Amino acid sequence: MLNQHLTATTIALFIGGAVWAQDQSIIVQSTTSTANSGLYDHLLPIFQAETGIQVNVVAVGTGQAIKNAENCDGDVLLVHAKASEEKFVADGFGTKRTDLMYNDFVVVGPAADPAGVAGMNDVQGALAKIADGGALFASRGDDSGTHKKEMALWADSGVDPSAASGGWYRETGSGMGATLNAGIGMGAYVMTDRATWISFANKQDYQIAVQGDEDMFNQYGVIPVNPARCPSVNVDAAQTFADWLVSDEGQDAIAGYKVADQQLFFPNAPDS
Amino acid sequence: MQSIWEALSLAVALVLSGDADLLEIVLLSLRVSLTATAIACLIGLPIGALVAIGRFRGRSAVLIVMNALMGLPPVVVGLLVYLHLSRSGPLGFLGLLYTPTAMIIAQTILIAPIVAALSRQVLEDLHAEYAEQFRSLCLTRLQTVQALLWDARYSLLTVGLAGFGRAVAEVGAVIIVGGNIDHLTRVMTTAIALETSKGDLALALALGIILLVIALGVNAAVQSVRMTAARQAYV
Repeated sequence: MLNQHLTATTIALFIGGAVWAQDQSIIVQSTTSTANSGLYDHLLPIFQAETGIQVNVVAVGTGQAIKNAENCDGDVLLVHAKASEEKFVADGFGTKRTDLMYNDFVVVGPAADPAGVAGMNDVQGALAKIADGGALFASRGDDSGTHKKEMALWADSGVDPSAASGGWYRETGSGMGATLNAGIGMGAYVMTDRATWISFANKQDYQIAVQGDEDMFNQYGVIPVNPARCPSVNVDAAQTFADWLVSDEGQDAIAGYKVADQQLFFPNAPDS
Repeated sequence: MQSIWEALSLAVALVLSGDADLLEIVLLSLRVSLTATAIACLIGLPIGALVAIGRFRGRSAVLIVMNALMGLPPVVVGLLVYLHLSRSGPLGFLGLLYTPTAMIIAQTILIAPIVAALSRQVLEDLHAEYAEQFRSLCLTRLQTVQALLWDARYSLLTVGLAGFGRAVAEVGAVIIVGGNIDHLTRVMTTAIALETSKGDLALALALGIILLVIALGVNAAVQSVRMTAARQAYV
């Protein structure tokens, strides 16, 4: 009798738990830098403790994250390519885009500095110099946020690197970490977001060569996926997460995340 | 070279520490790949057997296709399964994307052709030996298939292991349909890919060593079952 009662309770708990878990979990389609740098490992436990919402992160390049979210395979989009994000909202896939935080891009290179760009803060000038000297440059080549930014900077510098693709310009077609591994392996310059670089463990003799240009600003945005377009989204939990990220508390949590005593992301959500 | 030693000692330390996250990842790897292997055998073995004993038009074309499908690229299987299970795909209403079930489906599709093609070859060779005997006993097709599968069971275990090896080692399919979500769909291979992308090559290699040891363990377990059974058969 007692056993039966226990079993019934267990089953009820199990079913209840399963239903609860289903209601209270969301999928975030995210850029890789926020995941690889460990930011989510810092933020999500705080958020989950407060709200009970489980956040599952799928970390892919910005281009793929947007594509996945357009297929309704996520509840929240967190990426860094403002123009593409605004298009995502304008096309009806997202409800509203909010600035979340920023950091900046840097160009890293070998200590030997074959192109002589170390210490420069004019990124277009540095890229032109790399191209002129034919020094190796490894590009993401994957339509990610970082890749889009890199292409825009090349255009500004008046160089069309795709003409040299396979020569000094090497498109890896893979993620930031894989591109850094490949670039460092072949002695090429690589453009990366600062967060990924600071937390990257396979730096070898690589150093930041170019930094500090205003044009290397890297803005992240957060967008809940539109339930009118994707009925499967967990609207309330997604909105709760997006609201929490841009709240004072979420913004403080972002600012509080440090690797090697360096702050990786700088919150800049507009005051609500 | 230095990082290989570093990885080895890290692997040992990881295992000894009894890290809960590592255990979770290892268990999910085994659960996904063993389930996929079991389902792939349920599908692949009967198909292999039927093609092995069957004589029908277009048989050689079927053989070529079966053998070619052994080379299915995991990333292509992953994409196809993604497109079907995506919320905007035909099976999106099931809500299976980014679950272990999706990973099992992808790996099953990947290895069922391997099981079918290899078992077809094993059973066809065996059938050539026994065909006359079967005819003299007037066995039905179903009985023939049953007799062949039973007689070849040890060779078919190896076929199953080939399938399992492919499943547990692939990363291309499970990373697309599983999403490498921490505590939900992260398995050994996707964890290795993640640590590589973080530049933590020693940890990635350590996980690789542990994966190898697990594969060794599964193979040793199957081998011991086989040897025990063989010993009993001769008593």
